[in-house]
Amino acid sequence: MHRLFARHPSLRPWLLLLPAALWLFVFFIAPLFIVLAYSFLERGTYGGVIWQFTLENLRRTFDPLYFSTFLRSLYIAIVTTFFCLVLGYPLAYYIATRPPRQRGTLVLALMIPFWTNFLIRTYAWLTLLRTHTGLINVTLINLGIIQKPLPLFGNDFAIILGLVYGWLPDMVLPIYAALDRLDISLVEAAQDLYASGSKVFWRVIWPLSLPGVVAGSMLVFIPSLGAFVTPAILGGGKSLMIGNIISNQFLAAHDWPFGSALSTVMMAVMLLATLLYFRAVSSEERKALV
Amino acid sequence: MSTISLSNKQLSRRSQIAYLKKRINDLALNLYGLGGYLFLYLPIVILLIFSFNDSRSVAQWHGFTLDWYVEMIHDEQIILSLWNSVFVAVVSTLISTVIGTLAAMAMERYRFVGHLFMDAVLYLPIIIPDIAMAIMLLIFFNISGIGFEPWKVTFFGVRLAVPYSVIIGHVAFNISFVAVVVRARLAQMDRTLEEAAQDLYAGPWQTFWRVTFPMMLPGIIGGALLAFTLSLDDFVITFFTSGAGFNTLPVRVFGMIKKGVTPKINAVSVLMLVFSLALIGISLLFRKGGDKGSPIEIGL
Amino acid sequence: MKRTALSLITAVIVLGLLLTACGGKPTPPPPQKTEAPSAKETEAPAPAATEAPAGVEPAKEIVLYNWSEYIDPEIYTLFEEEFGIKVVEDNFSSNEEMLAKLQGGATGYALIVPSDYTVGIMIEEGMLAELDHANIPNLANLRDDFKNVPYDPGNKYCVPYQWGTTGIGYLSSEVDEPTSWAVIFEPDPNSPTYGRTTMLDDVREAFAAALVYLGYDINTTDEAQLEEAKQLLIQAKAGLSGYDSDTYEDLVAAGENLMAHGWNGDFLVAQEDNEDVAYTVPQEGGVIWVDNICIPVTTPPDQKLAAEMFIDFLLRPDIGAMLSEYTYYASPNAAAEELLPEDFLSDPAVYPPEEVMSRLQYIEPVGEAEALYQRLWDEVKSAPVP
Repeated sequence: MHRLFARHPSLRPWLLLLPAALWLFVFFIAPLFIVLAYSFLERGTYGGVIWQFTLENLRRTFDPLYFSTFLRSLYIAIVTTFFCLVLGYPLAYYIATRPPRQRGTLVLALMIPFWTNFLIRTYAWLTLLRTHTGLINVTLINLGIIQKPLPLFGNDFAIILGLVYGWLPDMVLPIYAALDRLDISLVEAAQDLYASGSKVFWRVIWPLSLPGVVAGSMLVFIPSLGAFVTPAILGGGKSLMIGNIISNQFLAAHDWPFGSALSTVMMAVMLLATLLYFRAVSSEERKALV
Repeated sequence: MSTISLSNKQLSRRSQIAYLKKRINDLALNLYGLGGYLFLYLPIVILLIFSFNDSRSVAQWHGFTLDWYVEMIHDEQIILSLWNSVFVAVVSTLISTVIGTLAAMAMERYRFVGHLFMDAVLYLPIIIPDIAMAIMLLIFFNISGIGFEPWKVTFFGVRLAVPYSVIIGHVAFNISFVAVVVRARLAQMDRTLEEAAQDLYAGPWQTFWRVTFPMMLPGIIGGALLAFTLSLDDFVITFFTSGAGFNTLPVRVFGMIKKGVTPKINAVSVLMLVFSLALIGISLLFRKGGDKGSPIEIGL
Repeated sequence: MKRTALSLITAVIVLGLLLTACGGKPTPPPPQKTEAPSAKETEAPAPAATEAPAGVEPAKEIVLYNWSEYIDPEIYTLFEEEFGIKVVEDNFSSNEEMLAKLQGGATGYALIVPSDYTVGIMIEEGMLAELDHANIPNLANLRDDFKNVPYDPGNKYCVPYQWGTTGIGYLSSEVDEPTSWAVIFEPDPNSPTYGRTTMLDDVREAFAAALVYLGYDINTTDEAQLEEAKQLLIQAKAGLSGYDSDTYEDLVAAGENLMAHGWNGDFLVAQEDNEDVAYTVPQEGGVIWVDNICIPVTTPPDQKLAAEMFIDFLLRPDIGAMLSEYTYYASPNAAAEELLPEDFLSDPAVYPPEEVMSRLQYIEPVGEAEALYQRLWDEVKSAPVP
């Protein structure tokens, strides 16, 4: 192995990729073909499939009802990603500029809230946000700051807050990883050079952290698009998300082929968007660096 | 912060203003960091309070009790499912961190035929809706004959049920998450250091372990933490890929939805928190001892 | 940084291993391989359940696939003490999840607890094993109306486990008892419940409520009737704070919402927190539901026998009473009723009076129309609030 690695540089990427490729081809890509195949089959009445070819499921995915749901989910996911970035970037910067000893602890402290149970965390938000009996509204009313309760619960605000909370660490981690290598003395040297903090940030720090921003945005954007438990509990479930529609096909409508078709189309669209996005950003990066 | 407070007296008026500005910026950043962590821990405080709630409700306060902790300790199934969650999370994190890091190096450091294709393969597990992934894995394990029945192994006299089907599923999605975070770290990593090391007679392996790996480490740790967290909290994929008789905590808790989630789960979550905080404490203690001689960090 | 990070990783790993090592202990080594069944177990004084088919010994461990917190764990202990059979519990959170998992090929569950219409589906799909009534003599303890449930006449495949109703829960200190589903379907902006009401986030339950109010069969497949129900559900949206099947009873108990469409047992549990929580079935009627215990068709004979012994055990009067006292749900077991406290039996929210019972309907599988229901429900959910 050692020798192979040393003597044949052209083989290196393949050797490095081998474990991931093996694992993903056997345990992900092979099963993925089941989803693809199911997209073209007739539904069993109560789940499962009947082995008969049809294009009906794919046709149904272009139904305007589902398209408008997709747009709505897209809006929620974009706003969530935006706020995660705005809140998460300074937090990552904060961690990256602490003394090295503290960084590990701070990163760990970032994740620990999420080692509690997801449902319980969501219910805790419920306790804070409820319109008439939530801690925030009750406190504000008792202090005389507001007369009428603020609409904190059962709306898009609550959904986005819940999602931002849930995915914030996914934004912070990659940005921190990218920022951490920044030599603070380098930044300070630049500060002397440019004299303005914002110039230093936009000319030195931001371009260097860009890969982290891109990765973090992806890790937040994609799961928010498919979220359905947080919208159901905090958003009051009065509107649908694309994640609901897909999981409902498997878990309520017993329509596996349509669920598969929706998943397939969504994956295709998202994959294309992701790859294009990465291409665009990495060429931007190169421009910025030159 | 205090590292640059070298020679205050010599600073000119202009740099004094700059210095003041910097102090204000530092203060703002510190406040921001504090605020950020407060936001993250706010619901956790609520969760902690309600673990002492004298009622079945996890949302309305009724008075203080320790009953839920007593009930938790006596609920063997809950404790067992907690260990199961941690076991699956640790094992799948270890495997996926190694595999994902190697993949990230290949993707970021080399250009080769099929690069775009592997890119797609690596992103797909993040993109796929988890219910679709869960059901396809279930069908796949079934028809391929891989099955779900956990392996029963004895490890140093301790009997373990190793739910390989669940671990396979978790690793399959975690590889991608690890790879994305590590790649963010690798993306523009300065290669001059490695080249310098190589110029200075270091072999490729030495260069890797002495230079490249330490530089990658924040990314690897970030990826591993993310994988661990995702695995610990996963419900859908665990539910569909586990064999009969194997439960993780999220599966048990989601099962309670229809009949009511009780503060017992808060108590279990608090137990997890206490363990994690103890872990931080221990690592801090160890580090204090280890770092004493290091000159750079004195005075911080 | 290297060292600190490394020590951190090491700490995580070491702690993880420690945890798992400790965790291993409570895992009993499940004696899967039924080598030689011990004599002790076969001689166990099982008064009725010993007439197993020749040559089959009951398995020593079975897995029960159940809703969470739906059985008094003490029952497992008593059963193991008497028969030497260990019952391990797994949980699911909805019928559909359990169904999808079994349809995907999961095996190993000797006992499952599906609700009525899911039983109908599973029978139609050939997923349930026929029960050997010779092993379940306590079946005679069932109340007569549960011996002939519409989805499984004659208890061929399943035995009712617990039952209840779907109606309206409300906060009696704030609002009057709702007598009609109109309080939900004709939202009045001047009513205190306006904007403080939830409906179940469940396609069949929501449509059942609307169809009952319209006076139609709740299992209708008539498109015009369903369209009418859909319009009604969209109309109701104006007065709803949301759709919720999980926390609605807590929200009523806390006073956040004043009224909720939901299952009776949930409101009874919420009464512990707030005694003003009340429950009623409106005059137009409501839904009756029954959870059942059944055996999947894939279960091997030794496990099936053990499973039947467990079903028989659950049907004993004292065990049946233990079950209901733990879950707050009504028992289908007539012999157990005699052991239950009077105030439990006379609580109309648990045991609806005769005239209410006559207005309850079962939700049944609707076959091909499932897709239509789901489609209309998606339209309701994505419709803008009127």
